[in-house]
Amino acid sequence: MIAPAVVFIVAMIGAPFVLAILYSLSDATTGDPGLRIVGLQNFQAALADPVFRLALRNTFVFTLLSQSIVIVLSRVLANALLKSFRGKWIVRFLIMLPWTAPISLGTIGWLWMFDSIFSPIDWVLRYLGALGTATALLGNQTNLYWLGVPGLSMASVILVNVWRILPLATVIQLGGLSSIPKDLIEAAEVDGASPWRRTLMITIPLTLPIVSIAFLFGVVFTFTDLVVVYVLTRGGPVHMTQVLSSWTFFKGIEAGDLAQGAAISLFMFPVLAVAAVLILRMARRTEVV
Amino acid sequence: MAHLGKLARRGGLYTLLGTFAFFSAFPFYWMVIATFKRDHDLFSPLNNPFLFNEPPTLDHLRLLFFETHFVGYLLNTVVVGFAVVAITLATAVPAAYALARWARGWGETLGIGIFLTYLVPPTILFIPLSRFASFFGLQESLWSLILVYPTFTIPFCTWLLMGFFKTIPKDIEEQAMIDGLSRFGAMSRVVLPLAISGVLTVVVFSFTLSMHEFIYALTFISVSAKKTVSIGVPTELVRGDVFQWGPLMAGALIASVPVAVVYTFFLDRFVAGFTMGAVK
Repeated sequence: MIAPAVVFIVAMIGAPFVLAILYSLSDATTGDPGLRIVGLQNFQAALADPVFRLALRNTFVFTLLSQSIVIVLSRVLANALLKSFRGKWIVRFLIMLPWTAPISLGTIGWLWMFDSIFSPIDWVLRYLGALGTATALLGNQTNLYWLGVPGLSMASVILVNVWRILPLATVIQLGGLSSIPKDLIEAAEVDGASPWRRTLMITIPLTLPIVSIAFLFGVVFTFTDLVVVYVLTRGGPVHMTQVLSSWTFFKGIEAGDLAQGAAISLFMFPVLAVAAVLILRMARRTEVV
Repeated sequence: MAHLGKLARRGGLYTLLGTFAFFSAFPFYWMVIATFKRDHDLFSPLNNPFLFNEPPTLDHLRLLFFETHFVGYLLNTVVVGFAVVAITLATAVPAAYALARWARGWGETLGIGIFLTYLVPPTILFIPLSRFASFFGLQESLWSLILVYPTFTIPFCTWLLMGFFKTIPKDIEEQAMIDGLSRFGAMSRVVLPLAISGVLTVVVFSFTLSMHEFIYALTFISVSAKKTVSIGVPTELVRGDVFQWGPLMAGALIASVPVAVVYTFFLDRFVAGFTMGAVK
């Protein structure tokens, strides 16, 4: 009964994975997909390419920054959602929206919010006098050009990614927090432990495995994602937001260099393998708790 | 004083939640505004962008439905979604059932192995899979998506269903088998009806995950009429530098919010299955 699922997985995940490794060692292009093995040339070529190095660095910056922000915000949000209050379902629905709507369509909404002329963020800043006059805090230009300036475009991509991953991380954290036995906390309260001490000695150790799982899934999704970058900036301006996954697409599909594309995509694999091993160990530990 | 402190805490809680809800939902409010705003109002940097400065209009919706391929995108998405659901159910239900019943030893290991394939990202697989698609002549065909999407729905749904099946006691189907049903009969007539909420969850997830998918659709399909909503809206309604923001936002809104509503109802199960579906 397991056979159909296993056959499908081997054929559609296992085989392409092996083929990706083969391509990365060959000189295949879309025009001539024949396999001539050329060794590690593609990896060397990738490493020598300044755009690749930039994309590699950007991928780490993008992943680590957005995930660190998500972990902190999701804990704050989960704590708030743990309380009972009126209108909880509507708040919950609104907070879940970014995860439950197709990501490319949500990102399109942001693209319009980051518009170089009609951005509502810039409008508010102008209205408050922080932008658009000679003495303004953010300079006298009328717009910030969110997606057109190197530092700001990376910040925009990270912001949208935080927006998108936050709901999932929050729900996972919520699961972790509500699984802590109430009597443990009450006992600590009776013993006179301060809220800080309770957090430090009980909540954090007990929820650590599940927080780690939330973090690792966030890392895997962010590290390998191209939707946000593709829709918002296409890697621009001048590759300043290029990440490994978008560069894989532009090289491997749009430029037709299958071998290079495959090699670039395989640079993601070590990080994924480490994440997978850690997730397994965390899941085992959660089982014990 | 204690009363005041409580009031302040309440206020703090609502402020915090309000801020988060605003951050999450604002892009969707932004879509609503653009959908019904007149162009003249939309493209005036002096007008307050958050309000209707001129009366709302249905022009963008008319344009979206009658002058773009949007309806086609929706249909393509639904066709792909249903086919993926069918393939996923046909493979994941029996696999999960078998794995749940032989849960100790190799069954457990194989279950985890299948789940881990969920972590192999499309960004590593899409180049070789695009070669498969062109080798079998499936490029520019919805079939390529129908065949590829189960790569992420099967691992995930098998794992999720495994957890559901484990909660159903073995005695029930043993009883049924003593009464003369085969193992398959016991599974389909006795166990499946008990696991119906799990199956429903899997249907919702396979459908929404295939509606969300972006990379494969972007790689395999470039003919406008064959696109799904998740790539059709961002690639076809943006023409070069000319952004038709009104219809574009209308399309994003119509395609994202209904699916989000359905998804929200099932999210807790999704996450439970996600983190430790088989740990029960």
